[in-house]
Amino acid sequence: MNYTLTPLGDRAIVIELGNEITIATHNLVQSVVAFLDQHPFDWITEYIPAFTTVTIFYNPLLVLPKTNQTTSASPYEHVVNELIPYLDNLEENHSELGRTIEIPVCYGGELGPDLPYVAEYHNLSEEQIVDLHSKGDYLVYMIGFAPGFPYIGGMPEDLATPRKDNPRLKIPAGSVGIAGNQTGVYPIETPGGWQLIGRTPLPLFDPELEPPTLLKTGDVIRFKPITKQEFDSYKEDKA
Amino acid sequence: MIYVKKPGLLSTLQDQGRIGYQKHGVIMSGVMDPVSPRIANLLVGNDENEVVLEITMLGPTLVFEQNTIIALCGGDLSPRIDGSPIKQWSPIFVKKGSTLTLGQAQQGCRVYLAVAGGFQVPKVMGSKSTYLRAGIGGYKGRAIQAQDNLSIGTPSPTIETKIKELEEQTTNNERFLEMKWYVASEFAAPFQSKSSHPIRVIKGREYDLFTQESQQSLFSESFTISSQSDRMGYRLEGSTLPLNNEISLKSEAVAFGTIQVPSNGQPILLMADRQTTGGYPKIAQVATVDLPVLAQLKPGTTITFEEISLEKAQKLYLEREANLQQLAQGIHLKSIQEGFR
Repeated sequence: MNYTLTPLGDRAIVIELGNEITIATHNLVQSVVAFLDQHPFDWITEYIPAFTTVTIFYNPLLVLPKTNQTTSASPYEHVVNELIPYLDNLEENHSELGRTIEIPVCYGGELGPDLPYVAEYHNLSEEQIVDLHSKGDYLVYMIGFAPGFPYIGGMPEDLATPRKDNPRLKIPAGSVGIAGNQTGVYPIETPGGWQLIGRTPLPLFDPELEPPTLLKTGDVIRFKPITKQEFDSYKEDKA
Repeated sequence: MIYVKKPGLLSTLQDQGRIGYQKHGVIMSGVMDPVSPRIANLLVGNDENEVVLEITMLGPTLVFEQNTIIALCGGDLSPRIDGSPIKQWSPIFVKKGSTLTLGQAQQGCRVYLAVAGGFQVPKVMGSKSTYLRAGIGGYKGRAIQAQDNLSIGTPSPTIETKIKELEEQTTNNERFLEMKWYVASEFAAPFQSKSSHPIRVIKGREYDLFTQESQQSLFSESFTISSQSDRMGYRLEGSTLPLNNEISLKSEAVAFGTIQVPSNGQPILLMADRQTTGGYPKIAQVATVDLPVLAQLKPGTTITFEEISLEKAQKLYLEREANLQQLAQGIHLKSIQEGFR
């Protein structure tokens, strides 16, 4: 596969696999992640996959050959030399989709206060917005910004709506929103300028679970409209 | 148990951070100064990565409800026990009922309190660090408050025996015992001298996207750490650092010490509570060996940057780790050979 390697400071290396957010590049990212999960080098501390990159954090002390710590090559050079043979031979065959996860969403009302605005902005009814938002599959390109926060692609362009002029100081956990041509779900309470169209009763982040987040890179998301009653009973079941 | 009489400005439990969860969007958290707490832990016989209390700018008042051994490393916040000044960078036997007070930061910005046995709090996702925004880890997911009771873990049998011996050696009037020696190495030095060295940085991944003037300004101008700085990052005031062309980058991983520049041109230096990923261009990256210095700078401090090669940065890192290992052995020997008097 084609890739470039660059340092991110003195303890991390970035594997860059493309320039644009595409499913092809995403599949390359997933191939590297799968490889790293199967071949955990002891000098790797952790890795972070993103839209077009996988960044590996490493321990410079562990990467040097134990027998010859005075080698002239730097830890970074060792990392590069260790990775190249694997990356060169890694096949670009990661095409199977990840798990499909259904996310129940109660649209509109007090849980989606900006749904009327979004509908008005697009000259559509609230029902049409909900249909558009919940009909397609979405791909989780990466997790970042907050625990379990998915950067997802696949929202119909007809739904693109600018952010709010005045960001809210508190967006409740579970809120489903639109910002520009992106849609997303907030796992924890944060400030933000997204247009909130609904809320899911599903917890996206639970520090007591392993893994602690519902979603991971490569998952496919489907939003399923539910009523306020279903939302409440889901919450009660959990409590 | 340690009773919190006054909490100080921002005192949180931190260890070396939450490792392996950044791919889930969970930030690392952990100590701002990665070296001082390691030494503090070594001085009280703990694993060097044990959880410590990170004390910021204005210190707490803590009452010890049991005998223990403590060490304070990092900035100087004028520590006193029952009114008497005490040494930093040295183990101190503290008797039950004594009160430790810390004041305003005289030098540095943060001091780390290690206690023998560590603080007893549950590990969350492999770490005892406080993740303030998510309200998890550390002591109830938050900074300590007045009337909190912090449990102390069980120290090693050797240390436990030592604590008993020391109790027998002290008279009723003695509230604490100091050792004659303290760590006077290069690790303590940055906080003992007032001279300021440039912060050493490696060129960032998007360095070439910045104008030539921006690149020059980074290394020739000075920047002031803004008052809007916290554990997440330092905002730097000074010359703006524009790009050649406005571009939209794809979000990707950032690291401790990444210097990113949002579209307003004002750089932000990412610290312990940084997000896992970011979409701003990265002009430079602070060398790991200079992170402890950075962590000890107060808002309002003026800094300059100096370029070093990646190779040099890694060489310095390996040297530092070798020196720390030597220091660890030295501390171990001292603790065995020398008593507290």
